[in-house]
Amino acid sequence: MSIIKTENLTYVYGDGTPFKKTAVDNVSLEIQKGELVGIIGHTGSGKSTLIQHFNALLKPTSGKIFIDGEDVWAEKTKLRDIRFKVGLVFQYPEYQLFEETVYKDIAFGPKNMGLSDDEIKKRIFDISRLVGINSDLLQKSPFELSGGQKRRVAIAGVMAMEPEVLILDEPTAGLDPKGRDRILGIIKEYHKEKGNTVLLVSHSMEDIAKSVSKILVMNESKLFCYDDTVNVFKRSEEITKMGLSVPQITRVFNRLKQAGVSIDEDIYTVDYAKKTLLRILQKGEI
Amino acid sequence: MKGKNLMDKIIEVKNISFSYKNEDETGINQIEVLKNVSLDIYKGEFIAVLGHNGCGKSTLAKHFNSVLLPDSGEVFVNGINTKDENKLFDIRQSVGMVFQNPDNQIVATIVEEDVAFALENLGVEPAEIRRRVDDALKTVNMFDYKDHAPHRLSGGQKQRVAIAGVIAMRPQCIVLDEPTAMLDPKGRSEVLKTIKYLNKNFNITIILITHYMEEAAQADRVVVMEKGQIILNDAPEKVFSQVDKLKSIGLDVPQVTELCYGLNQLGYNISTEIISEDECVNALLSLINNKS
Repeated sequence: MSIIKTENLTYVYGDGTPFKKTAVDNVSLEIQKGELVGIIGHTGSGKSTLIQHFNALLKPTSGKIFIDGEDVWAEKTKLRDIRFKVGLVFQYPEYQLFEETVYKDIAFGPKNMGLSDDEIKKRIFDISRLVGINSDLLQKSPFELSGGQKRRVAIAGVMAMEPEVLILDEPTAGLDPKGRDRILGIIKEYHKEKGNTVLLVSHSMEDIAKSVSKILVMNESKLFCYDDTVNVFKRSEEITKMGLSVPQITRVFNRLKQAGVSIDEDIYTVDYAKKTLLRILQKGEI
Repeated sequence: MKGKNLMDKIIEVKNISFSYKNEDETGINQIEVLKNVSLDIYKGEFIAVLGHNGCGKSTLAKHFNSVLLPDSGEVFVNGINTKDENKLFDIRQSVGMVFQNPDNQIVATIVEEDVAFALENLGVEPAEIRRRVDDALKTVNMFDYKDHAPHRLSGGQKQRVAIAGVIAMRPQCIVLDEPTAMLDPKGRSEVLKTIKYLNKNFNITIILITHYMEEAAQADRVVVMEKGQIILNDAPEKVFSQVDKLKSIGLDVPQVTELCYGLNQLGYNISTEIISEDECVNALLSLINNKS
């Protein structure tokens, strides 16, 4: 069953001004419960505008959006409920930390949901284990932490609300490779443990290729495609044309194919590339 | 290095150490960030600096134009000690800096005014300002946007405006601290193209701090930092061939290098010093063709 559904969703910025721009143009899509989805698109493609509709931060200019079957902008819908259902982690979320202690900061969302102190405590311990924040850090000021720790605390604050849908906007921006892998690992682990829907916005095709099973591509305010990762990378030429990049390894294998090497699969991770090459090389020996 | 004639040093770092001081109720805490670092940078070089967050690479970069001064040791820019306060203007004019977030370094409301900002502060003649601003914007391919408002530009365009602001000062060297971290792939390639153009056509020395291995692979030399020290300092193909060492300190190598290295370890006759797509495609083709 679908957790997010849009029907002809359109959003226009600055209507009636010279800067009028259609940021999301007639997008209809359905995301099933429990999926781990990557969202890609160049700067200005409309992906941030789109995800802000998913937790009712923006009201569509026209068209409809349903969360868990409920029409978000229908008279009877309580927006507060929608925002608890869909948690949004913005870019550089560590700038939003504000409480005196790490514990209180993570507790802020769950507290607003009206959860009991016991339940809040349980969730904080559960989620800090998942994001790798030691319990001795919980009583520290968030401002004493390192950059990577701060980011994990900020993400934990939204995860602790256990939203049906967790959306992360560029959660690995500005991190080193190890930090990137760590955050991606946490997101995958959260998805596996909770089984909730997770949407991951990223510019890094390498990260996307490693992490998700489905990809949503936005291009020039329109939905270019929403499909399985394999099928999306099959269209690497179109994706490159729209100012995105496919992983380096995918480009290499496309060129090998053009040079006449017979490879059926679409390659987008180094591991898979290695396995495929070994098969070709060993076949040659026989 | 790649046929460049490297004679004159532009930056000399001699045995510098640096600690951040942090005062709280327990007294003064010192966090040592640079430990006895030495590095020579030659005029016209394109250097990439790698290292995970907190390894000291940004702190080192801030020593290149007197934003920070070493606790011990010395830094020379064109032979001038960065501790020499009377020469601060000369140093800052020789070495310009571009930071990660373009929104934090753009001050004016019109692109060309932003590029002119530093020149106006330096008291350059208006006619000369006009010429330099136009030149700088043409160089970074943003001339058509000179009347635009910066906040309406894309990240890559903003970053190129920031670079124009630096090159209008005619520096000999530009230090860029993760200039592409906040950009999408298109913005990243625009900025990198601009950097390489400045290096090649104007012989401007480039020091690029980055987390993107594919960007570092295009430099003349790669410097790797770990725990406040330089642990590798060599041509990119030599540095990236040390796959295990780099991974052990939390860094990565380009995907093509990782693949060729993996095949090499399994006994296949393929170089571990492959860092570009072209090299990789050719090496794999010859491997496959020799088998059949």
